[in-house]
Amino acid sequence: MDLADEKGLLCGKILGDLGADVIKIEPPEGDPARDIGPFYKDIPHPEKSLFWFFTNLNKRGITLDIETADGKEIFGRLVKSADFVVESFKPGYMESLGLGYSELEKLNPQIIMTSITPFGQTGPYAHYKATDLVGVSMGGMVRLYGESDRPPNRISAPQFYFLGGLQGALGSMVAHYHRELTGEGQHVDVSCQQAVVLTLMNAAETWDIYGVNYRPTGSKAFYARANPPGPLLVRYIWPCKDGYVFTLLGGGAQAGVITSSKALVEMANREGMMLELKDYDWASMDRMTCTQEEEDRHEELLGEFLLTKTKGELFDEALKKSILLIPVNTSKEVVESPQLAFREFWVEVEHHELGDTITYPGWPIKASGLPRYKPQRRAPLIGEHNHEVYVGEMGMSKDQLTLLKTHGVI
Amino acid sequence: MTKQVFEGIKVADFSWVAVGPQVTRELAEHGATVVRIECHRNPDTLRVSGPFKDSISGIDRSAFAAVYNTGKYGISLDLNMPKGQEVAKRLVQWADIVTDSMTPGTIAKWGLDYESCKKIKPDIIYYSTCQMGQEGPLGNFGGYGMFGTAYAGYCQLVGWPDREPLPLRNNYTDFVAPWYLACALIAALLYRQRTGKGVYLDQSQVECGVTFLAPIVLDYIVNGRIAERMGSRDPYMAPHALYPCQGTDKWVAITVSNDEEWNSFCRVISDPDWTKEPRFSNMPGRKENERELDRLIAEWTKNYTPEQVMTMMQEAGVPAGLAQTAEGLFNDHQLKHREHFRFLEHKVIGRHAYNAPAYRLSKTPNHIWKAGPCLGEDNEYVYKEILGYSDDEIADMLAEGVITTEADVPSVLAPP
Repeated sequence: MDLADEKGLLCGKILGDLGADVIKIEPPEGDPARDIGPFYKDIPHPEKSLFWFFTNLNKRGITLDIETADGKEIFGRLVKSADFVVESFKPGYMESLGLGYSELEKLNPQIIMTSITPFGQTGPYAHYKATDLVGVSMGGMVRLYGESDRPPNRISAPQFYFLGGLQGALGSMVAHYHRELTGEGQHVDVSCQQAVVLTLMNAAETWDIYGVNYRPTGSKAFYARANPPGPLLVRYIWPCKDGYVFTLLGGGAQAGVITSSKALVEMANREGMMLELKDYDWASMDRMTCTQEEEDRHEELLGEFLLTKTKGELFDEALKKSILLIPVNTSKEVVESPQLAFREFWVEVEHHELGDTITYPGWPIKASGLPRYKPQRRAPLIGEHNHEVYVGEMGMSKDQLTLLKTHGVI
Repeated sequence: MTKQVFEGIKVADFSWVAVGPQVTRELAEHGATVVRIECHRNPDTLRVSGPFKDSISGIDRSAFAAVYNTGKYGISLDLNMPKGQEVAKRLVQWADIVTDSMTPGTIAKWGLDYESCKKIKPDIIYYSTCQMGQEGPLGNFGGYGMFGTAYAGYCQLVGWPDREPLPLRNNYTDFVAPWYLACALIAALLYRQRTGKGVYLDQSQVECGVTFLAPIVLDYIVNGRIAERMGSRDPYMAPHALYPCQGTDKWVAITVSNDEEWNSFCRVISDPDWTKEPRFSNMPGRKENERELDRLIAEWTKNYTPEQVMTMMQEAGVPAGLAQTAEGLFNDHQLKHREHFRFLEHKVIGRHAYNAPAYRLSKTPNHIWKAGPCLGEDNEYVYKEILGYSDDEIADMLAEGVITTEADVPSVLAPP
């Protein structure tokens, strides 16, 4: 039973991807997440949100006003036969309706209730509102991205609630495993802020051990070292003839990086470039002690060479010679990737209401011996499965359904 | 204490670096017995990446390597030696789950790929995770998360439209992929319980990253629009930015999604005259004039600390939050309340910070009890108690170099 709005929709989507029968419960006027763009053919419409399409794939949809007495009673009946309730209301809201975990547990001791909120159910910020930018700021992520002469950046595509939704799915699965063994349900309380902190790689450790904060330094990126010698600024993204590639020169203790650096220099040497680094001992290069001047000189030579090649030329050679170099893809290039096509990552989903079939990102893990991932259904229209669920499965009469619709409960 | 969720589940963890080990950490913190197999001759990349205790590099000195390995037993074993492979197969025999996060093909050279492990234990659950997935035209690309992040389309989306795309210094897809894999792994455990069958999972970390860009990917597929980086702006909201505050390098995020929030926002900043200008009277107007709007708001925010702005805005119902530095996270009131950072005593690093999961389970909470192991820290326990080798056999394996020691660390890695 998925009561979540955009803050928690991914959780139910993932449970559905793993085979669960997920029923999205919306207020009678439709879920506010239906207003989130982008939209199909750029037409803002509650049945055309691409955000909604993706995050509700594989779900059925019913409408129910859980604030009404009838709505609560019906929800209670649904809970009795459910395995999970996923919600993302403000902390305390479900309790105020008499639908908090302690109540749901009485109806169904096996129920797992997963609550996904920006900061968790309790604590000083529990009632704070957060959008993506506010959330990734409070989780520390924006301090890793951006230029040194401008404000920090987020990723220009919302991540905060996807991170929380994925952690919600994981917490639900751990709780589910426990329930399958013991019959005991529980409450899963997710903080999206913490989900962000878990993505910061070694930023927290770098403060904890070195007392150094990562900071955004533009295309010469911050490589953290204690003071002295202080940070090294390293370029990872390079302009080439027709776009950008991601690569680095280095070595030290990393065998793969040594191989890569040698092969990259050899490639340039064949064209008479980067000759200065022909016999460079990459194993002796240590980012921990390397001077900025040394790093800058390597980068100057590499930069000149990369500008003479296209992304395709560089990447072909990279694959042949184990060079750590990859194109910086746009969304178009991601969609056109031969690798994703080979893996049959993309899945076709029929939208007969639009008279169209749309290609979606699929499931990122193949499982041997199990059927290939295929969405069972597109995202539901508002109240699309009301009849199927209320009449077909709960045994309501058509008259009862009509009455509840008339009273705005359904 | 309640029985932990995964008590009795045994994991032979051949994975390394960031993604694979975070998945098994999740199991270890909920009761699984996880044995991480490493080798001094070719140490984990994170063991040679900082931050290092006292800024001195060394395979047991990196906090980065420690934090993804709480609750695990660490052994040293050279898988390039036939005897090492024999020992590894004994671990496979013992295990419920075997893990791999090497460049595709590597683990097969050691006879430890899924097909080989399945012969040893028919119902084994096995995962392989790498950037591109095990097969395909780019299947041999053996990179790190920073490369996968670029390939999945993220760098294109970080930075400003008038400047170059920027790297994501946290190798972002490394921190999306593990949780997908952990979900699938738990599903596989339940599948085995139901059917008696094992499962092989083949994860592409790039694809995990792409799912988190689904709305813009669909926007390209359906509408032909190629997403561009926009600094911290948003296509649908204004104001929507990070604003400078009192002090150096202090920022607060403020976002306004509708007219009601705009009115509250104006009240908080005491309704200066410019807020009444017609060009700011509705969202399209504010969006069109956001550059000027941001300048005017910054004039106000710079008189306050980020905490003050956040509190005033939140009390009025406007989403706002300070841009936490790593230092700030350790002092964050909410993270403290959630006990996010947990401190453990590491044998070499000493007391240092570990992360709690983002989800709290009311009845079976995670249990962080053992710092990430030093390389080979648990050799005695694992070789004797789990694998049943005698003291003589262990001595022989040490003498032959099958069980590696600090003396085997390549000289380039030895501390100065």
